[in-house]
Amino acid sequence: MVKIVYIEHDGKSHSIDVKSGLTVMEGAVQNNLPGIDADCGGSMACATCHVYVKEEWFNKLPKKEDGEEDMLDMAFEPNKFSRLSCQLTVTDELDGLIVQLPSKQA
Amino acid sequence: MIKTDALIIGAGPTGLFTAHQLKLIGLDCEIVDNLDKIGGQCIELYPDKPIYDIPAISECTGEELTNNLINQLKPFDVKFHLNERVEEVKNNNGRWEVKTNKGKSFNTPNIIIAGGVGSFEPRKFAPKDCEKFEDKSIFYSIKDKTIFKDKIVSIFGGGDSALDWAIELSKNSIINLIHRRDEFRAAQSTTDKMNELVKKKKINLYTKYQLKGVRGTENLESIDMENDNKEVKNLKTDFVLGFFGLIMQLGPIANWGLNLNKKTINVDTEKFETNQKGIYAVGDICNYPGKLKLILSGFHEGALAARACFKLARPNEKYRFEFTTTSKNLLKRLGKKE
Repeated sequence: MVKIVYIEHDGKSHSIDVKSGLTVMEGAVQNNLPGIDADCGGSMACATCHVYVKEEWFNKLPKKEDGEEDMLDMAFEPNKFSRLSCQLTVTDELDGLIVQLPSKQA
Repeated sequence: MIKTDALIIGAGPTGLFTAHQLKLIGLDCEIVDNLDKIGGQCIELYPDKPIYDIPAISECTGEELTNNLINQLKPFDVKFHLNERVEEVKNNNGRWEVKTNKGKSFNTPNIIIAGGVGSFEPRKFAPKDCEKFEDKSIFYSIKDKTIFKDKIVSIFGGGDSALDWAIELSKNSIINLIHRRDEFRAAQSTTDKMNELVKKKKINLYTKYQLKGVRGTENLESIDMENDNKEVKNLKTDFVLGFFGLIMQLGPIANWGLNLNKKTINVDTEKFETNQKGIYAVGDICNYPGKLKLILSGFHEGALAARACFKLARPNEKYRFEFTTTSKNLLKRLGKKE
């Protein structure tokens, strides 16, 4: 299990054990965390699982693949630490990863 | 008022195959969809992406799947109402009265909701004040381009819609094009054309900026935009256009008295009926223990819901299960037999 910290827009923090191999999006959805919609189910087609990765973690993540940045154009208030959580696969190296959730997804 | 045996909401793969099943057993049906084209998520979200888990089709794209389903409907006369969203559903003496946002109304004993994750709506700007000017000075689609003549128009977005409109409107308007990064996802040829117009000073390009706020009391006067370093720039403008693609919203379905579970509708697994008699939900939008959000599940759910519709549409007839390989009735409906 890998610990992922999700911080809601109002500051409420949730520390969740997510199985290695799942995505950060799945970790949130399976634990009924509010703030991540994931309408398309993880096919990188909707930008409603948008998160802001805590700065110190941002460069430790695998780089964005083609298409993710395009989808982020459509996300709600993206910034330079934006990622789609369906594209972040949980591995042991990410233990303690902190992601912040936007005020809404759309 | 259009009378029909069953009204399908949603023209995605599940809605299309459900129509096939209804027509095959001798019921008529009409389909309403808020998109301007047939195919739902398959055509809007992933027309070019290959799908590998449609039974008996080892690989096909969203667009190919849609075209195959449309072809399968060819023997039948199915009426589509595109660009229309169902707004209101009311019970009237055991039948349903359905109204769309274009003022069309239907009277039917059966409504099958095959609405995916809801209807596709344009994504909107984040600042709250934008609502005040929506449809007056702020638009997410263009119906009449003549209103922009000789005006300052600020366009946000980096896809084909944003760039196409920037290029088109630059002929008669002053254009600001604003995008959150330096790369554009629009077609290369469109991007080249836009860059050409930027060089000729026909388009003022601002990258790495996003809309921060709007100013104006009665009319929109200017906008504030901000970059990643929190620097704010004010631009005078008459109109603002936003092109950020579409998002799925459950919309009016939430108001029909259905038993909702987050963004899905609870159904039984015999008829795929909701808590309202004669209203069914199939495909991604329905929920029951073990539900799989696969296209093939939608086909199964639609086939069963269609049989349930028969009971309410033909209360005095008995439905008889038949195979297309042997039934004269079915072959006749398919146009394979005189």
